[in-house]
Amino acid sequence: MELKEKLVSSFLAFESTVDTTNSTHDIRSEAIKFFEIYGFPTKKNEAWKYTSLNNILKQDFILFPKNEVALEYKDVKKYFINDLDSYKIVFIDGVYSSHLSSTTHDKIDVCLMSSALTQNRFKQVIDVYYNTIVKEDGMTALNTAYAKEGAYIYIPKNTIADKPIEVVHFSTGSNGTLLCQPRNLIVVEDRSQVTIVERHQNLSTEKAFTNSVTEIYAGKNANIDYYKIQNDTKLSSLVDNTFVEQHDTSVASVHTFAFGGEITRNNLNFYQKGQGIDSILNGVTILEGKTHVDHNTLVEHQEPNCESHQDYKGIFDDKATGVFNGKIIVDQIAQKTNAFQSNNNILLSDKATVNSKPQLEIFADDVKCSHGCTIGQLDESALFYMRSRGIATKEAKALLMYAFANNVLESVKIPQLKKRINNLIAEKLGVSIGFDL
Amino acid sequence: MLEIKDLHASIEDKAILKGLNLNVKAGEVHAIMGPNGAGKSTLASVVAGKEEYEVTSGKILLDGNDIEELSAEERAHQGVFLSFQYPVEIPGVSVTNFMKTAINETRKARGQEEMPARDMLKKIKEKSELLEIDSKFLSRSLNEGFSGGEKKRNEIFQMAMLEPKVAILDETDSGLDIDALRIVANGVNKLKSKDNAVIVITHYQRLLDYIVPDFVHVLHNGKIVKSGDKNLALELEEKGYDWIKEELKA
Repeated sequence: MELKEKLVSSFLAFESTVDTTNSTHDIRSEAIKFFEIYGFPTKKNEAWKYTSLNNILKQDFILFPKNEVALEYKDVKKYFINDLDSYKIVFIDGVYSSHLSSTTHDKIDVCLMSSALTQNRFKQVIDVYYNTIVKEDGMTALNTAYAKEGAYIYIPKNTIADKPIEVVHFSTGSNGTLLCQPRNLIVVEDRSQVTIVERHQNLSTEKAFTNSVTEIYAGKNANIDYYKIQNDTKLSSLVDNTFVEQHDTSVASVHTFAFGGEITRNNLNFYQKGQGIDSILNGVTILEGKTHVDHNTLVEHQEPNCESHQDYKGIFDDKATGVFNGKIIVDQIAQKTNAFQSNNNILLSDKATVNSKPQLEIFADDVKCSHGCTIGQLDESALFYMRSRGIATKEAKALLMYAFANNVLESVKIPQLKKRINNLIAEKLGVSIGFDL
Repeated sequence: MLEIKDLHASIEDKAILKGLNLNVKAGEVHAIMGPNGAGKSTLASVVAGKEEYEVTSGKILLDGNDIEELSAEERAHQGVFLSFQYPVEIPGVSVTNFMKTAINETRKARGQEEMPARDMLKKIKEKSELLEIDSKFLSRSLNEGFSGGEKKRNEIFQMAMLEPKVAILDETDSGLDIDALRIVANGVNKLKSKDNAVIVITHYQRLLDYIVPDFVHVLHNGKIVKSGDKNLALELEEKGYDWIKEELKA
């Protein structure tokens, strides 16, 4: 049976495991109908021109994990950020691990989607925000239909989350080749603030496929700093659908570090629904082997006097392939918009490829929009300069690559995370650099 | 210290150096002058180990050892330094971090321990004062947005940090105002010792008022065609190169 048919026909069985009197029941039923009609995206869809899921979808995925797996903290410690005092929401094969997690309901809610969707005390927030920010397509509809578990983060008005929140998804292989569909809701109300780090990690030699949806709401003057660490194994693929709705003078940043995974597709969408908003989209991609990353971004300027800043850097070796497709829409009403987009790429091998495609749709006449993309190689004259000072070729190359990605790394506000990312890069480049950039 | 014997070098099959001889002993300052296109910068690049140039025959000896097979970084480890005519901008790497990496890479290659952070800071402070470099400047990205004078001062600062045996200054005076020229020359003079040597490549006598050469050579058409003492530079300043070309024809 094809995966699509399997997913459609398994829906009833899935429904029987969740509470059908719940208000999300109708949402699920609508979503599965949508998925039945539109199915998985294909290359015929312009937005999926350079990324094919065909090879992944051939797998016979397990949809519901049967075995509950326990992991010891010491065995997975390295996937958390060193010495960082944080709240943790941890899933193992899609199932919440209370043992590894550290949640709270003190002033803020850092807990599980399954609780939020079923318990009465969260109903008010769920009714207002859940499934309101996401835009429906085949992948998101599929997620909505099967949405059951994920991270639920609620920061009420005038509150600063006292610690960063780490959301980590482990897959263990004990449940076979698993399709995971985490569903996250993050609501940050007016004048509130939160920092979140998200990571997906396959611990096994089984294939893993994740189709994740994250809805983020930023109220007036809210401040959200979100980091995605994508350093998964060569057998793991991820479609990440993230939707951010922003209101007056809020600042939301999403930093995506794409260092691994077989196929990674990031659909990152920002909707500006107020004035004085700043949206920041940063990305560093470093790939080798036969891996593929596709950054598909959208910023919709729907109101005047807002800014958006996109800065994506990519380094590609071997047969790695990268895509950057960045769309900026400036509505007619959105005068005085400042929208910047830049995508720079370095190819280290002549078999690596990058497709970079800026798309600007501007309907207002008093705006400042710029976009630029470059695809090139490491600067030979800079390499010689460094070598003439005694820095060996390998180290000189690494230093240049660090330098290339540096302004994005600079934007990381958690020092421990910055260090971790520096280490990850050094590890990938096979060098040790004697300082943190 | 540095001995160049009958050096022939070409780039993309175009011969640039055509039998160049030069013998630089420890403690000496040599100036190399010559018209545009004579091969001055090629000489500097070839000695520093730039791969685009092919050495077709001849020898480059450092302390009697042939360095032709060594890579640019290995030559640096052996004590060769080139002050670039056009220093390259490297955004994202600060002057300090660049210097730390260069020094520790060199020490590593020589089988030495990394320099302790305290010693490194002390050295950076001392040498930056020598070149009258502000400490704020050291945390800026290497050469990015530097003025012409700042770039050249930074080159000599790097020379001071790396303490090479043989330093080649390729048109270090170009783009310098008179104050910067004085600072740079003063720095070079303080770094001079009986154990190292300096080769100054320049178009103008001006720099040689400050860095006084023991020998002046005229490079023309890939060869050294005339050598003399510092008075030769004065003569060139006054008369230009044509008289030498005439002399050669005769």
